[in-house]
Formats: sequence, structure tokens, C-alpha cells
Amino acid sequence: MTDTMDRPNAPKIREPISTSSEWTFPLLEKYDEEIAKCAAEFGLDTYPNQVEVISAEQMMDAYSSVGMPVGYHHWSFGKQFLSTSKGYQRGQMGLAYEIVINSNPCIAYLMEENTLPMQALVIAHASYGHNSFFKGNYLFRTWTDASAIIDYLVFARDYVAECEERHGVDAVEQILDSCHALMNYGVDRYKRPAPISAAEEARRQKEREEYQQRRLSDLWRTIPKLDDDEDPIRRKQRYPEEPQENILYFIEKNAPLLETWQRELIRIVRKLAQYFYPQRQTQVMNEGWATFWHYTLLHRMYDKGLVNDGFMLEFLQSHSAVIYQPPFDSPWYSGINPYTLGFSIFTDLRRICENPTAEDREWFPDIAGTDWVETLHFAMKNFKDESFIQQFLSPKVMRDMKFFAIQNDDEEDVYRITAIHDDPGYRALREKLARQYNLSYREPNIQVWNVDVRGDRSLTLRHIPVDRVPLGDDTEEVLRHVHRLWGFDVHLESVDDGRVVEEAHCPVKELDEE
Amino acid sequence: MGMTHVVDRRLNGKNKSAVNRERFLRRYRHHIKKAVADAVHRRSITDIERGENVSIPSRDTDEPIFHHGQGGKREVVHPGNKEFVAGDTVPKPPGGGGQGQGQGQASPDGEGMDEFAFQITQEEFLDFLFDDLELPNLARKRLKDTEAFKYVRSGFSTQGVPAKLDVVRSLRGAHARRLGLGGARKKKIREMEAQLAALKSAPEDLDPAFSHEDQIKALEDEIAELKANVRRIPFIDEIDLRYRQHLKQPQPATSAVMFCLMDVSGSMTQMHKDIAKRFFILLYLFLKKNYKKIDVVFIRHHTSAKEVDEEEFFYSRETGGTIVSSALKLMHKIIESRYSPAEWNIYAAQASDGDNWNDDSPICSKLLADSILPLVQYYAYVEITPQDHQMLWYEYEKIQERFPQSFALQQIADPGEIYPVFRQLFERKAA
Repeated sequence: MTDTMDRPNAPKIREPISTSSEWTFPLLEKYDEEIAKCAAEFGLDTYPNQVEVISAEQMMDAYSSVGMPVGYHHWSFGKQFLSTSKGYQRGQMGLAYEIVINSNPCIAYLMEENTLPMQALVIAHASYGHNSFFKGNYLFRTWTDASAIIDYLVFARDYVAECEERHGVDAVEQILDSCHALMNYGVDRYKRPAPISAAEEARRQKEREEYQQRRLSDLWRTIPKLDDDEDPIRRKQRYPEEPQENILYFIEKNAPLLETWQRELIRIVRKLAQYFYPQRQTQVMNEGWATFWHYTLLHRMYDKGLVNDGFMLEFLQSHSAVIYQPPFDSPWYSGINPYTLGFSIFTDLRRICENPTAEDREWFPDIAGTDWVETLHFAMKNFKDESFIQQFLSPKVMRDMKFFAIQNDDEEDVYRITAIHDDPGYRALREKLARQYNLSYREPNIQVWNVDVRGDRSLTLRHIPVDRVPLGDDTEEVLRHVHRLWGFDVHLESVDDGRVVEEAHCPVKELDEE
Repeated sequence: MGMTHVVDRRLNGKNKSAVNRERFLRRYRHHIKKAVADAVHRRSITDIERGENVSIPSRDTDEPIFHHGQGGKREVVHPGNKEFVAGDTVPKPPGGGGQGQGQGQASPDGEGMDEFAFQITQEEFLDFLFDDLELPNLARKRLKDTEAFKYVRSGFSTQGVPAKLDVVRSLRGAHARRLGLGGARKKKIREMEAQLAALKSAPEDLDPAFSHEDQIKALEDEIAELKANVRRIPFIDEIDLRYRQHLKQPQPATSAVMFCLMDVSGSMTQMHKDIAKRFFILLYLFLKKNYKKIDVVFIRHHTSAKEVDEEEFFYSRETGGTIVSSALKLMHKIIESRYSPAEWNIYAAQASDGDNWNDDSPICSKLLADSILPLVQYYAYVEITPQDHQMLWYEYEKIQERFPQSFALQQIADPGEIYPVFRQLFERKAA
């Protein structure tokens, strides 16, 4: 047997699908077919794909609607569009080469300007990488319904347009502005939501309206019995009894003065927030997974002789640009590149399976030497960024990326380096990095604390600071939005260790009143 | 596998974001209006039809959310360590309170982070300008349509609306078709009829085996069938119809000259001049839609008149009295020497605060009536003052009564009042 026969990686004859970098529709189909074959070899399970070729302008449109193929109208999307098109016209920004939508079929956009190797990269990245992530990861499986989202978006757009017609663009815009300000507080973090469905939504709108009204009048029955007020236990009782993390939900269900259509708008924003919630929690994993697979699948194509050296050179150039991580002291540094981190972890995971070192056997005894395809799929399916990093970030990746942790305490005059990529530091570093991707650490912990049901109907939110980190300077502005939705006074208290350390109010309290 | 659909969406609507963009512009219309007003002040009146850069303080366009502020104790992991080891300390920059840590605030393009900058298109620019001038929609549309067309005949087509049906040509076509389809058969019929007549007149053969009857019968059948065929050819068919066709053709180029006359005496403030400038811009835009080539002549005057360039026209100041007739005389002289009314369409726009040397106003009136109005298409006068009229206005009012088709005057105190002067002009052109 000849040498080449022994090495399946080196094909006897290289018969590339194409040699020019011009793409055509038949070529796209051919490439997709071959990529799909490679993906099947590695067991990638995907929704059916829909690959849409669009122009640069259309890509800008897609960009500005946060990747939603259908969206209700709002000025903030217009703002996004203006800044995108400006960046693009100035050539500051290559347009995304990938936008992919978590839907069934999974929609991926290809820009017509791209060369053929770029189109192949996007197909591998989006249509097989992201697609299999959407279908496999537990957060997406639990929280989103890929087959229903498009219909729901259409329903939402039509409903908002109808409201605009009835109540005026301004009135709708105001409610949406306020909802957007609270969008991150419109998700259930633990409870599984009801599946999203446009038909069901439309059908139930009516029912909800009636039920809502009954519920509200129960809550806001205004004439309290005298002895009720006298009863110290009843007086002390809070409403809600337990703090509520989903502020938008609470407002939708309990705000005394909102009209039905306003409650429905809150509901729509809330549902969309919930739909995007898994994406916000899996950025590193999702991009890392997609990047790992475009890299692996296109190399497999090369091994099969389906693409030539020129193709690979162009592809690798784009690939390295995507995973470039500027160091912390570079002028281009803007935090950790999720593509780099995710790609590094998945790549190292494969190495740990295939070529484990002593260190790997010590750190990953259950993984070292196992089947890599199976292990990577397990990691993709059962984690989110925080737990993924906690579980799979290896000392080698920490060394390669030269991670270090720095502590900034406003009570000290110096920054402290608390851990670096060395033996004593690995575990601490991994823990700190994992925490950095915990959404409830990244965003202030604010919950609905109490409603003065028997008094002035004011709403009190409670903020629990972590490590004394205060709220930012948007707080009063956001409270104005809460106030608009709630309709009565709104208070926000930061409570650290049982002590109120800071307060904000809307309307703003006069100083002499305090 | 094999479940991928590749779809070409490039021809689908591009402007999905158009409404959102419009919503944004609507929300920030006050900022944009100001930017447009600044641009109008800055730009030449012949350079009004392009977009504009607009900057809005980021503070106004930010969407607030709850987020962490500065302070407290925070730990961040960064990549790219060079020499740090655990336990190292780094002094905080003095006075900074230890802020700016980590979270990626860098702006790689170096552009100011406190401005949201974007471009509005030419069309949007004009819209904001027209808002300022309170132009009605019909007039806006007419000003924004880039080319004027007229329809010219360009032969005939087989498709069209009934109104454009050419009857003569259609019938001629039908006739030709009937000939084409039926001609050969008719000839054959004639031949066979001759044959038949010959057979019938021939003496009957005694031998029944040679009887003509069969032949006659066969010929008669064939002739009947051919005749039926010919009858089935329709008199007129859809394919005969011919419609007159018309093509859009750009209007032949013509030339216009626009005279801008303005009082620049001491009483005209910059605010007056900015209003006047909008007035001239509007006239320029109007002319631009109707003429291929436009000359603009700027004449400024106080006690004497002078032809100047645009910069000097709008932005230099004079003091002293006012003699309007000096400008009219100069305009007449320029027309005579450079703009023969046979070749040029002449428009004039005059802006003033109404001041004139009293003895001069009757002279102006006479000049207009006798030597200028007979030469021009349209003469518009705006008086930019909230005050009572003076002599010049009353003289001009009389002129308007005499020349309602070519003379208009209007008193304005803000840009929104400019448009009525043009209404007459638009209406006339529309007819």
C-alpha cells in the first residue's frame, strides 16, 4: 500500500468543487451539500436550513432589527440602522458575515458581495454550527420554540401597527420605550414559560382582558375595612408576598391604570425578551461552537480534496480575524472576544479527548481520552456560558490566553492582581471568569418588593448590591419609565445587609421632604 | 440532509428599515430641523439639494437601562497578561477614583462617544426644509420629482388600453389577415368552381362507369367545406388590434435666469437675510425643476445697486438709505446686455424690509410696469417686516392689480409665510 492510502486525510486526487472565488447559486447548493455531508459525519443535528442571499442594504436592515426577520416599528431600530449604514459607508465596518435566526427552518443570510470561500464559511458557521446549537442546547430547547417564532413576530408586528392606528404612534412609542428600558427585567429566569404561539395569543387576548379586569378589581378594591387597617399583621403583609424578578410581568398583571392594549404591548416585549434570553446567556458557547465547526468542517472539505489551497488561505485569513483577541493593553481591546474564548475551549476539549496530558487527566478525569464528538456534544447541550466555563475552561486555555484577574476596590488606592494563569491561580481564575458571564452578576439584581395596596399605591423596587457596586446614572431615567407604566409613585431602594444604602424616587422627592 | 433551500432574496424589498428610520427622524425632528437650518445658512442656494450630516448628543438618543455604576468592589478577568503575578498592585491614576476599569469603553474609530452622528438624504433634507416653509404636499412632490417629461408618440404596439386603439390601423391589419388566411382558399374555390362548371356542361358519358356525378358531388362537397373555412375567418381578431404607443421623453432643455434683488441697507438684519435666502432657495428649486440651465444673478442695493456674488450678497453689511429703483435699473440693464427674453425665461425675486426713499417708490412702479414686467415670466416681492407698510408696498399693490399673472407680493415675518407667494406660480405651471 502506498503512503497516501494509509492517510485518509490526504486525497489521492484533489478535485475541488470550484476554483474561482465567484459564487453562483448552483455552486452554493453544491457547497452546502458537501458541508452537510461533513456535518453528518460528525453527527451534527440541525433544523432544515434556509439560506437567503441578500444585498448589503438588506443586511443592514437585518442588522438593525436585531436579527428579527419581522419586527414591529420603533425608532430605536431606525437609530441602529443609521449607525450601521454610516459605519458601512465609511468602510469602518465589514458587515456581519453572518446573521442567523433561531427558527425552524433555520434562516441564515449570505451577503451577495461575499466571495465563495466566505459564503462557504458562513454556511458552515451559521447553517450547521449555530443551527445545531439552537436545536441542541438545553436553554434553547426549554425557552424558545423555533417553529413558532416567525408567526409570533408577525402577530406582534401587526398588533403594534393596529395599536398605532387606534391610539397614535406617540402613545404606542411611549409604552414601547418604557418596556424596552425594562426589557432585561422582563424574563423568567427559572420558571419555564408557556410556549409562544401567535394563534393562541390572538385567541386568548380577549379572555385575558376579561380575566385581567376581574383580578385587578380584586386587588385594588379600594374601600378597606376599618379593622383590616387596624390589624398589625395584615398591615405588615407585603404585596407581592415574595419579591418578583420579572418586573414587566408584574406590571402587566398588576398596574392599576393600564389599558388592555398597553398590557398587551408589555406582554409582547416580555415575550421577545424571553426569546432572546438564551442567546444572552450562551454567547461564548454559541459563537465558540459555530466557529469550531466552520473550522472543522472546512478542514474536512480540504481533506476530502473538495477545496483548494487558495480557498483555504482566504478562509483561514477570515477565521483568524474572527478569533483575534487583542491583549488588555491594546488600543483595540474591548473585553474578551467570545469567539476566541469559545473556540479555544471547544478546540482544547477535543485535544483533551484525543491527546490528553497528565494535567488533563488530573483536571478532567472523566473526559480525557473519551470520544471527542460525543464529549463536545454533551458540553454544547447541557450548559450555559457560566457553567460551561466553570466546567470546561482548562489550564492550557488560561495559559494560552494569559488570563489574569484584577480587583478594583473603591476603598483602596491600588488595583490588585488577584490571580493569574499559574497553578495556584487556575481555579480562582476560572471561577471569576465564569461569574463574569453570569447574567445576574452582570446586571443589577432588582426586584419588585412591595406595592402599597392600601395606601398611595406606590410601587417599591428593591436593589440588592453585590460587593457594594451601586446603580449607574441611568437609574432615574429608568424609574421615569417604570412610573409611566405603573401610573403611581415609584421608589427604588438599594438594600445592603438589611440597611437601605441608597434611594431613588419618581417623581423625584423634594429634599426638604426627606 | 439535503433539506437546505437556497433563496435569492436580493430583489425583495430593500427598505425594510425605512419606517424605523422615519420614526427616528420624527423623534429627533427638532434636532434635525436645526441642523437643516444651519445648513441652509451655510450653503449656497444652488447647492441645496444634497443630504446633510446631523449630530445629536448621545445623551438624548440613549436608551436607558438599569446597569452597574462606578464604585464598590469589582473583579474583572482580562487576557494578555505580560508581567503581572498574583499579589501585584498597580497604583490607581490620581484623581480618577479608579474608574475606567476594563469593561471595554474604547472607541476604536476615535470618534466622539457623546455624539450620535448620521446622515440624512437629499430627500429628507428637502422635506425638513419644506416643513420649515410649510409647503403643501403637492408642491413638495413637484419640487422633488427630478425630471420633467413629456409624452411623444412612438409607433404602435399590440397591447394597450382601449382609449389608445387606432381603428384604421387595426382594420387594415384585419383585412391583411383575412387576405392572408383566406386568399389561397378562395383561389382554390374559384378554380374548383370553374372545374365544376366545366363538368356540368360536359356531355353525359353513356357508360355509367364514367359518370360525372361522383366527381361533381366530390367537388361540391370540397367547395362547401372550403367556403365554410373561409367564413370562419373572423372579421377582426385580437391580433389585429393596434394601439398608439407613447414614450416618456425628457423635456427639451431650456434656460432661465433668476434675478435675486435684495435691500442690504442697515435696517436689514442677518435674520431678515436668512428668511430672504429661503425665499430665493425656493424659487431656485422651482426653476430647477422646470429648466435645464439656470443662471442666478445677485443684485444688492442700498442707495446704489451692484451685481455681486452670492457670498457678498448674503453676508456683507452696508449702512445708509435705500433707493430701490437703482436695483431695478441695474436689472434692466443686465437683461438687455446678457439675457435676451427671446432665449431666456426671466424670473425675479426681490426681498426688502419695505424701506424706500418715498420719492423713489413711484419710479419703481413705473420701471416695473413699463420696462421689466413685459420681459419677465414672474416677479415676486417679499417684504420681511412685522411692521406697517410703507410707500413701496402700496405702489406694488397697484402693480399686482394690473399684472396679476406675473406679479406677486407678500409680507412675511417668518419662513412659513413665504410659500403663498409661490402658490400662484405652482398653480400656473400645473395648468
